[in-house]
Amino acid sequence: MLRIPCPCCGPRDHDEFRYGGDASVPRPAPDDPDPEAWHAYVYRRQNPKGAHREYWQHVLGCRQWLVVERDTVSHRIGSVVMAREWQA
Amino acid sequence: MTRLSQGGRIDRSRMLRFTFDGRTLTGHPGDTVASALLANGIRLVGRSFKYHRPRGILSAGAEEPSALVTRITGDLREPNLPATMLDLAEGIVIESQNRWPSLSFDLQAVNGLLAPFLGAGFYYKTFMGPTRGAWKVYEHFIRKAAGLGRASEAAAWEAAPVRSDFADLAVIGSGPAGLAAALAAGAAGARVMVIEQDAVPGGRLLDCPEASVEAAWRRAALDRLAGMPSVRVMTRTTAFGLYDGNFLGLAVRDDASGIGALVQLHAQRILHAGGALEQPLVFPGNDRPGVMLAGAARRYLTQFGVLAGRRVLVHSCTDHAWQTAFDLADAGAAVVIADQRPMPAALAIAAGSRGIRVIDQARITATRGRSAIRAARVESPTGTEWIACDLLCTSAGWSPALHLTSHLGTRPIWLPELNAFVPGPLPPDQAAAGAVTGALTTGAAIAQAAEAVRALGFAAEAPALPDLPEEPHALTAPVQTTGRGKAFVDLQMDVALSDIALARREGFEAVELLKRYTTTGMGTDQGKTSNLAALRAMADRRGIAPAEAGTTVFRPPFTPVNIGTLAGRALGQHYKPIRHSPMHDWHLANGAEMIEVGLWIRPWFYRAAGPDAGAAYIAEMKTVRQAAGLMDISTLGKIEITGPDGATLLDRVYANGFAKLPVGRARYGVMLRDDGIVMDDGTTSRLTDERWFMTTSTARAAEVLSRLEFLLDTAWRDLRVAVTSVTDEWAAMSIAGPQAQAILTRALPDLDLSEAALPQMGVLQATWRGSPLRILRISYSGEWACELHVGARAGEALWRHLLETGAPLLRPYGVEALGALRVEKGHVAGPEIDGRTTLADLGMGRMVAKRNAYAGHVLSRRPALTAPDRLQLVGLDCLEPDKRLRGGALIYGPGQPESGHGQGRVTSVTFSPELGRYIALALFAGGMAAEGQEVATVHHIRGERVRARIVSPHFLDPEGERMKG
Repeated sequence: MLRIPCPCCGPRDHDEFRYGGDASVPRPAPDDPDPEAWHAYVYRRQNPKGAHREYWQHVLGCRQWLVVERDTVSHRIGSVVMAREWQA
Repeated sequence: MTRLSQGGRIDRSRMLRFTFDGRTLTGHPGDTVASALLANGIRLVGRSFKYHRPRGILSAGAEEPSALVTRITGDLREPNLPATMLDLAEGIVIESQNRWPSLSFDLQAVNGLLAPFLGAGFYYKTFMGPTRGAWKVYEHFIRKAAGLGRASEAAAWEAAPVRSDFADLAVIGSGPAGLAAALAAGAAGARVMVIEQDAVPGGRLLDCPEASVEAAWRRAALDRLAGMPSVRVMTRTTAFGLYDGNFLGLAVRDDASGIGALVQLHAQRILHAGGALEQPLVFPGNDRPGVMLAGAARRYLTQFGVLAGRRVLVHSCTDHAWQTAFDLADAGAAVVIADQRPMPAALAIAAGSRGIRVIDQARITATRGRSAIRAARVESPTGTEWIACDLLCTSAGWSPALHLTSHLGTRPIWLPELNAFVPGPLPPDQAAAGAVTGALTTGAAIAQAAEAVRALGFAAEAPALPDLPEEPHALTAPVQTTGRGKAFVDLQMDVALSDIALARREGFEAVELLKRYTTTGMGTDQGKTSNLAALRAMADRRGIAPAEAGTTVFRPPFTPVNIGTLAGRALGQHYKPIRHSPMHDWHLANGAEMIEVGLWIRPWFYRAAGPDAGAAYIAEMKTVRQAAGLMDISTLGKIEITGPDGATLLDRVYANGFAKLPVGRARYGVMLRDDGIVMDDGTTSRLTDERWFMTTSTARAAEVLSRLEFLLDTAWRDLRVAVTSVTDEWAAMSIAGPQAQAILTRALPDLDLSEAALPQMGVLQATWRGSPLRILRISYSGEWACELHVGARAGEALWRHLLETGAPLLRPYGVEALGALRVEKGHVAGPEIDGRTTLADLGMGRMVAKRNAYAGHVLSRRPALTAPDRLQLVGLDCLEPDKRLRGGALIYGPGQPESGHGQGRVTSVTFSPELGRYIALALFAGGMAAEGQEVATVHHIRGERVRARIVSPHFLDPEGERMKG
């Protein structure tokens, strides 16, 4: 069981959260007409071994979307910041 | 009786009665079922898995492979419980397993005669190729003959308690290392939880007599721990799994209720001090009742006051087994030691002083005894002889109980001097101490534990070491012997050395393949007394060192965990949350048949309309089409959207445009996923310039809200918009039908509900009896209809008021009729919006033809999503009046063979009372290009074939005249 230190709510079990995927992939602008850009955003992922920044939403808590740094090997959680405040 | 008149940690002043296979027996508080059976002279306790050979009690702990029993409490049968782990209690009923008709006379023991044919790979070889069909014939008999206990079929479990707990340090095991670690960390003020699977803490200290220095240290340690408020010692508690984040699953046995508790322990640090499991030697006939681990025989003597045999043969390659020989001899048994090693000089003197005969460099090559051991043939350089015995103690050394250390992926490493695996390098917040690391003496375990606690970051002081007697602990690698009769490696799975040899001959050498081919280690004991022997056997045959053969890693659970314990309180109606609408009680009181829709409980139909769903929904449809119906739609997802950029948000997330939606109007909208597939549909109303009210489908409410929040929190942070779920704040109902407008006007006389004031897609805001009321002129059924959203607390009152005002014309209807009404109108819902369809597939392509920059638009125009042969929405008219269409049926076009996936499928079906026939929505290759074609709808599972014609999905009133009222 992972525990994620939510910046609003403190450390909470991961079953209070919804996983939201890779946070390092930027979303194209709403009017971006390039299919390649959208294809990369929807489908292309790196699958790194080690540190991974990913979105989690604290759905059963403050409902904030967070950017969580998780090690894909050890599952250790590193930094956790609010997605609204995160600078890529 | 084998119970001694004194000794042991049992309460002889009280008697407990229990039954075993119908026989009433007695024991004492402090006994396990195993110790009580032994005390009653019972050694045959079960039949083996495959050959139905007589089996007894091998161990005194959780590693027990043979003595598995069923406990019966009323209707409840709990199978496969190790008798060694079951506390004796007054009146408990125990049955032996896998025998018929009785334990001592088992007809299926004939399997033993067939043993030459039942070796490893029997199933794969016998029932493959031309004889494969024979499996169908024999499966029943084979499954009946091979196996363990039988569980009860009654759902008898009550909810098991589940709780979370927290500790600075979790200590797994309460032997010398565990207790020393708890003392050190506890003295440093840490919150410590000591986890012990046995009923009594102490681990192998319990093997030492009460008068010993070790036992005195144990008592003193427990006394000191009891005085430390931050230390808890949990007994009868198994740490069955270690998961990410140092999260331990603990199963707490409660033999009184049978329902164990589940503790979810979050530990900052973990000390593994689970000790080591003594391993049996492998020799022909090593499975007879009366063959026991040496340490177990000592445990039964010192803990339970049971002398498990009067004439004892101790066969081992370890010094520790000699201590068993000495203790049993001191308790009055006649003992012979047959050691595999050359004579250990120091121990030989101690043996001689007790009158114990010692045979060195000994091998056992056969045993005798029908239901229990009577003699063993011992070969040594001095000759071969049969030695009579009623207890054969064996020890092949120790296998560290490192299971938990490997649950998170740490691979075990081979320790040559131990001839076994120990934990590999652990992460910084875990450590190991004591026998689990190969430290086999009490003194070494205590010293190592204190060191480990300091290494984990606790400011612990070195403990005062007790003045322990010298503890001989030398050992050599065990020798496995073959001869006449099976030499068992895995007692629970009935795997013998001959099976390992067969696996080797047939090429299943790798340890993972060996395990799967022979099934060794795959029993409920996970090979705790067999994995090492199987590995050694294969390594010997391949001529390599055991370290090179590798080991399998362990996965949770360490020992079997009751499913009821894992389920906890999530039983029956507590399995998942249940959601009720504000009108729920009214529905129940007024004859609604309810149905689960996601988490919601909704009215399916009302029994006043008909005796079953089939009759009722048709009657309810007629009410809506001919008079008026009222439907509870409180389950719709409702989202309040506020802020100056709300229109921009809606315009981007809906495929159709929302930027210009005026105040006071509602609009139907469809959302796409970013990959271009339709996600959900609903309506949004603009209440003021900066406030909107969105409804979503019942099923996708949470997903839609989360998506809006995601976009606003990440890519679209610049939008000044807030979104909030208000699903539970509003009760909602839909009134529909030709009489609906008149009824509503009478019910709400203060409001102007005329066409001018409330046109189609108009929105009206008001209050009703002090509660906010929003009326949306939206039709789902195709009739004149309104959605009424009212403050949740006024929901039932408004519902009643409308029904009373509208009586007798206005009647409630349920989800079955709702679904049927929308099929008549060709409205898509869940069966069509199935995560595979695009807007064009659903006939809504024109809605967005001139738009772009909405979420999903670019990928929705991919070639694969715009191919002309995609499955697209059509209507189906049933052409056979005496038959019905069926959801899920496949559709085959004219001239197509009626096999395979066909050219489409039927998604939604209803009988249309207006049209007098069955109609359906379907997804068909090419969609409406096939209009007018006759097709076959085939439901292969039901064996139904019905002819239908492809027609427009708008079966009823395609011009929408009825909505105008």
